[in-house]
Amino acid sequence: MTARVRTPRKPPHQTRTLVLDTISHAGLTLVALLFLFPFFWMVSNAVRGNNEVLAVPPRFLPTEYQWGNFAEAWLRLPFGKFFLNSFIVAGSVTVITIIVSSLAAYAFARLKFPGRESILVAYLGTLMIPQVMLVIPLFLIVSRLGLINTYQGMILPMAFSSFGAFLLRQFFLSIPKELEEAALIDGASRLRILISIIIPLSLPAIGLLSLFTFIGQWNNFLWPLIVVNGMDHATLPLGLTMFQTQQGTSWNYIMAGATLSMIPGIVLAIILQQLIYKGITVGSGFGGR
Amino acid sequence: MADIVSTQAKTAPRPRRRNKISAYETRTAFLFLLPSLLGFLAFMLIPIIASFGLSFTNWQLLAPPQFVGLSNYIRLLTTDPAFFNVLGNTLFFTVEYLVLNIVISLTLAVWISSLKRGQRWFRVIFFIPTFTPTIAVSIVWLLIFTPGGVMDYLFQTLALTVPNLLLDSKLAMQAVIIVTLWAGVGYNMVLFNAALDLVPQSYLEAAKIDGASAWDRFWKIRLPLISPTVFFGTVMTAITSLQVFDQIYVITRGGPGSSTATLGFAIYTNGFQNYQMGFASSLAWVMFVMIMALTGFQFWLQRKWVHYDS
Repeated sequence: MTARVRTPRKPPHQTRTLVLDTISHAGLTLVALLFLFPFFWMVSNAVRGNNEVLAVPPRFLPTEYQWGNFAEAWLRLPFGKFFLNSFIVAGSVTVITIIVSSLAAYAFARLKFPGRESILVAYLGTLMIPQVMLVIPLFLIVSRLGLINTYQGMILPMAFSSFGAFLLRQFFLSIPKELEEAALIDGASRLRILISIIIPLSLPAIGLLSLFTFIGQWNNFLWPLIVVNGMDHATLPLGLTMFQTQQGTSWNYIMAGATLSMIPGIVLAIILQQLIYKGITVGSGFGGR
Repeated sequence: MADIVSTQAKTAPRPRRRNKISAYETRTAFLFLLPSLLGFLAFMLIPIIASFGLSFTNWQLLAPPQFVGLSNYIRLLTTDPAFFNVLGNTLFFTVEYLVLNIVISLTLAVWISSLKRGQRWFRVIFFIPTFTPTIAVSIVWLLIFTPGGVMDYLFQTLALTVPNLLLDSKLAMQAVIIVTLWAGVGYNMVLFNAALDLVPQSYLEAAKIDGASAWDRFWKIRLPLISPTVFFGTVMTAITSLQVFDQIYVITRGGPGSSTATLGFAIYTNGFQNYQMGFASSLAWVMFVMIMALTGFQFWLQRKWVHYDS
């Protein structure tokens, strides 16, 4: 109050803030355009002839738009197969993760059994273990099981998620127990309760976990690199690097493939940034926890 | 996260005799837990133990493993000239990347939250690269950096005598850092932006009336209030950047020379190109110790700058 008396302030000058606002918007737009340049460069090179890719000086737009490159890349290089493999692997990992994590999360959240707390602590303890660290023993286990170069070998080691079990447990704990008690008295089994009461109420958490798992696997590179050899089981990221080393690199087709490989991620990013943003602003105060 | 477990333990006191755990419920619980526990054992617990055990062997995949005690670790620290180079590269990458990531993502977050319109669109634009495959992203940047590519053209046009980034052993790591920043700042930006929007407007208004400049309002009000989120972002970013692999595999393959070979890359090449599984496992444990040490250091440091008094 005293400060107000000492320094009387004029109301903010309308035109001045408008000018500042415009400058700020323009500046950030410029930064955003610079940021988008790699995407532009990718698409711009995906639709030109290969001899134009490394033209000096660089042409920012193709002289002739070859939109057929997308179809051509799809047919000429086995991008169709890479897509299918990526979908099989990312999709299966996601489905298995959701099933396994919900079952485990329900046991942790609602059922009493000896050792519950210690098992949960063991799960939490592994959250800090990096994937690179486990790659060698995982490779040895998978090769002992005879799963090198198979879908199972790509899927199974990735489908266990202590993070998923923990995340869903936290969500299940927030669902009132009363909702289940009536069903229990009516003689419903625990599995029945999980499927018809808990899971429908947990769709936001399950949705978030599915999207993160799917995109994580869609983008995963290290594990397929180790388990897969040859083209038959290669996923998109692996397939893209295979063309990098072939002689007479067809940059335009690779850029077309890269463009296609980014579509699921771009769609999910648009959906998820709002979810993450809301999750933080609504959920947990100042800590991003 | 450990505190969640302990509060759980406190609110659910150990069941007494009369409220004993029923055998039926225990059986149900273990059936529910079985798939997850099998996965945990086969793909987490056993690999962790195996990795530790392997790091004391000289296993090269073809011959049976022999126990060699600490000699892998001794070799790292004494005779292997590559190790300190790899360790240095990893630390250099992590420190420079971490600092730039936090500064850039915080700047973008503050800038975006100051806008009255269009916040959502800017968030989306900066966020998109975090969800695109690192490999695809790296290949696009490889084309940008390639000798005679756009980056070289840009340097020429600006009359800068910068050598091609990928051919210069002093600059190659900068190329990797640029790509990783481009791909990674968006996530922290969304986190920080969300936290900034939670700072009560009334605090900022009050400070403004008291004559605090925008600079002061940031350092004295907004940053302390969002410091737990910044801390969280810093810890997670440090953990992931110590593991950097994909970008390096595509853009530099550890080169030129071994100027961009990091721990993640060295684990891959030693294990899967030279088949030195034992030696690569000891590198993996070095990485684990570094992650623990850096995380511990950040938790120690947080007492000096993170405020939890909301």
